[in-house]
Amino acid sequence: MIWPIDLAILTLVVVAAIGALMVKDLLGASVLFGAYSFMMCLLWSIMGAVDVAFTEASVGAGVSTVFFVAAVFRTSRRTRD
Amino acid sequence: MTDLISTVIAKYNYWIYITLMMIGLYAMIAKNNLVKKIVGMNIFQTAIILFYVSIGVKKGATIPILEHGHGPDAHHVVHAVDYINPLPHVLMLTAIVVGVATLGVALALAIRIYNNYNTLEEDEILAQIREK
Repeated sequence: MIWPIDLAILTLVVVAAIGALMVKDLLGASVLFGAYSFMMCLLWSIMGAVDVAFTEASVGAGVSTVFFVAAVFRTSRRTRD
Repeated sequence: MTDLISTVIAKYNYWIYITLMMIGLYAMIAKNNLVKKIVGMNIFQTAIILFYVSIGVKKGATIPILEHGHGPDAHHVVHAVDYINPLPHVLMLTAIVVGVATLGVALALAIRIYNNYNTLEEDEILAQIREK
């Protein structure tokens, strides 16, 4: 594990998480959540957990984002917080 | 004091994992929109998975695939110190799949709630329930 890369991606993960919760649009929140999942996947490949990393890349970032976009498409993009 | 600071900096990754967990917990409790609550639940889950995977990391170890396992000069002496511990990886692989399943169920319930009440905000749903 190379600690400067680890620290940089950890800060990006925290920024993406806060952004996904703060943005005032649900479609934007789901896209930022996809970015968060991809950062998480990078973090796991840095830690040497390659199997967890590619499962997260396909299932976490891919399928979850599709679920979120489908749910937002069937409901509304409006949010107050 | 410097002792405490050096302890905190040496374990920086754990502090960031706890921060992520608390961000997710805050979103689950304090956010008003149902989809935002579900995003918070997923952040909480992935932070816990990240914590567990980070336990298996060793300094100077490689990924858990056997070296010299094939070919004419194959030998099967395995030194556990040379490999990252794969047990947390296997457990957390299951946790990721279960997380996506709970996400699907949660979003399906949110869509049903939206069809009934025509809103995703928690306080508006509660006001409509009280009116009935």
